[in-house]
Amino acid sequence: MSGEARRTTVKTRTDPQEQEQEQEQEQEQVTGTGTAPAAEVIGALGIQPAAVEVHDVHKWYGAHHVLDGVELTVRPGEVTVVLGPSGSGKSTLLRVINHLEKPEIGHVSLNGELIGVRRHGERLKELGERVILGQRSRIGFVFQNFNLFPHLTVLDNVAAAPVATGKLSRPEARQLARDLLARVGLADKSSAYPRQLSGGQQQRVAIARALALRPGVILFDEPTSALDPELVGEVLAVIKDLARSGTTLVIVTHEIGFAREIADRVVFMDGGRIVEQGPPAQVLDHPQQERTRDFLSKVL
Amino acid sequence: MSQSPGAAVSSGSAPPAEAIPRPDVPAAPKPLAAQRVLPLRRPGRWIITAVVLVLVAQIAHGLVTNPFYQWDRFQYWFLRPTILDGLLITLEVAFYSAVLGLLGGILLALARLSPSPVLRAVSWVYTWLFRSVPLIVVLLFLYNFSALYRTLSVGVPFGPAFFTFDESRIATDMAIAVIGLSLNEAAYASEVVRGGILSVDQGQHEAASALGLPKRYQFAKIVFPQALRSITPNYVNQLIGLIKGTSLVFYVSLLDLFGSVQSMGSTYPGDIVPLLLVATAWYLILTSVVSVIQFYVERYYSRGALRTLPPTPLQKVRNGLREVRARVRRETAI
Ligand SMILES: Nc1ncnc2c1ncn2[C@@H]1O[C@H](COP(=O)(O)OP(=O)(O)O)[C@@H](O)[C@H]1O
Ligand SMILES: [Mg+2]
Repeated sequence: MSGEARRTTVKTRTDPQEQEQEQEQEQEQVTGTGTAPAAEVIGALGIQPAAVEVHDVHKWYGAHHVLDGVELTVRPGEVTVVLGPSGSGKSTLLRVINHLEKPEIGHVSLNGELIGVRRHGERLKELGERVILGQRSRIGFVFQNFNLFPHLTVLDNVAAAPVATGKLSRPEARQLARDLLARVGLADKSSAYPRQLSGGQQQRVAIARALALRPGVILFDEPTSALDPELVGEVLAVIKDLARSGTTLVIVTHEIGFAREIADRVVFMDGGRIVEQGPPAQVLDHPQQERTRDFLSKVL
Repeated sequence: MSQSPGAAVSSGSAPPAEAIPRPDVPAAPKPLAAQRVLPLRRPGRWIITAVVLVLVAQIAHGLVTNPFYQWDRFQYWFLRPTILDGLLITLEVAFYSAVLGLLGGILLALARLSPSPVLRAVSWVYTWLFRSVPLIVVLLFLYNFSALYRTLSVGVPFGPAFFTFDESRIATDMAIAVIGLSLNEAAYASEVVRGGILSVDQGQHEAASALGLPKRYQFAKIVFPQALRSITPNYVNQLIGLIKGTSLVFYVSLLDLFGSVQSMGSTYPGDIVPLLLVATAWYLILTSVVSVIQFYVERYYSRGALRTLPPTPLQKVRNGLREVRARVRRETAI
């Protein structure tokens, strides 16, 4: 993993040739770690990358101002990595984006559509539960603790949501689930139960589960923090693969090398605010803010 | 590695001495790894086992030979139609009350966990009330109530199946018994179900809503099946209490198992002990059946929760035999 992390690639999505070369490199690397996802096939999933906009979001827990005017724009297909010390509000930000938490002020939109609220004259009004659930199915979420459904097989974990939300028939969903599991290198595990898998395998199932709804954006909340060091690589390989395929990703992580490699933009948060953001080369190598420098010196 | 034994010999080089067993050479001490480990003997355990066995045998002997129990009369009564009729009523009352009680308990638990303060309060008051009032009071209350209002049926929120009122008194008594037991059972079941739902990890709720699963699906397919794992043993406990609780329906003039025994006992006062033994035997059988069902239900709902499922009794027997055979083979090999 350390070798991978040190490798820095300057990414320019506008140059298809270079991207292809990268993919080839990537595939070699992926075979090395024992997984076999192929970027172009995930691209063939029919995922339409979406834009995410977070506008002046404030969130309080009691008197604690957890998000303090967060402003963030993610363009379609962009990979945003969120860094920051523990307690800085990174998880809360992700949870506000898919409306697991309601912001007291501000709003979030997906491709221009407001999430969880609608305009009511000058004000915003909360939407009904059912509509919000529909919107959430277009936003993938990958948890630190996987949160797979332990009583369902791996295949059913992946196939459940498209069926339950009425997007696919049962056989279609199972076929899709098998494809996705093959993509994350777990074709042979489809009838296992989650607790019979390693952490890295569980997290790859969780990613497949999120992909099954063909979300416009996928949010990752420290996807590798609960994993043993030797299992981190296999999960990062799958995420890299998604990044290459042009899916919109927002990733909270402490893997700086990984951020440098795949991020289009790095966002540094502290105390509920975005302190600094920009391309990885700028934020990671030439941070402008004292707090960013301080944080990076501790984690690097 | 893939050489045949013949090739190994023809290669001429002397193999290490211990690799080839030669009977003419006196046996060298075996390397430590090959020596058999003798299991620790535990004489204390054997003594206790023997004492317990003797006690059990004594009790069994007393049960069989003591004339007080009148086993011939027991045999006479055990499958008498009156007793079986009573057993049937016990089963019916217990079954309907268990199902209705569980359904009511689920609704009460959902109300108690809902965001609506009114629903929470109603659920809390209901549980408080019916856990406080003795079952016999509830039954007698309903009994007298139904004598006053013969058309009580309309307002009661349980299925229409029991509302063949007025047609025969036994249907009414049955309905009263089932309603009374269900009301009582629901109060306890609601706490059992609530405990089960609370035992499901918060992350499961989050993952389900993050996937946008419909609310009903979240409960029915994600949360409740996981809750059942801890609901099952508690509810079975409840159920066994309920089966025995049915003996109270005797007081609302329903002749259940205990009721039949009681009425036969007053007709044949000399047979009261064997009759009580008959009731005991039947209650034991019912509880055993419930326990067996519990084992399989629990096993079913622990799929995925455990890395490997606990073996069924049949598998245990098979594994035991295999273990014995393996040990015999080991012993004979040494
Ligand atoms: N449900 C909650 N109730 C009260 N405080 C919370 C809750 N969730 C998070 N917090 C607080 O909000 C702050 C930000 O939390 P979080 O977004 O999880 O930070 P991060 O993910 O960056 O570590 C922390 O100080 C945390 O203690
Ligand atoms: Mg966090």
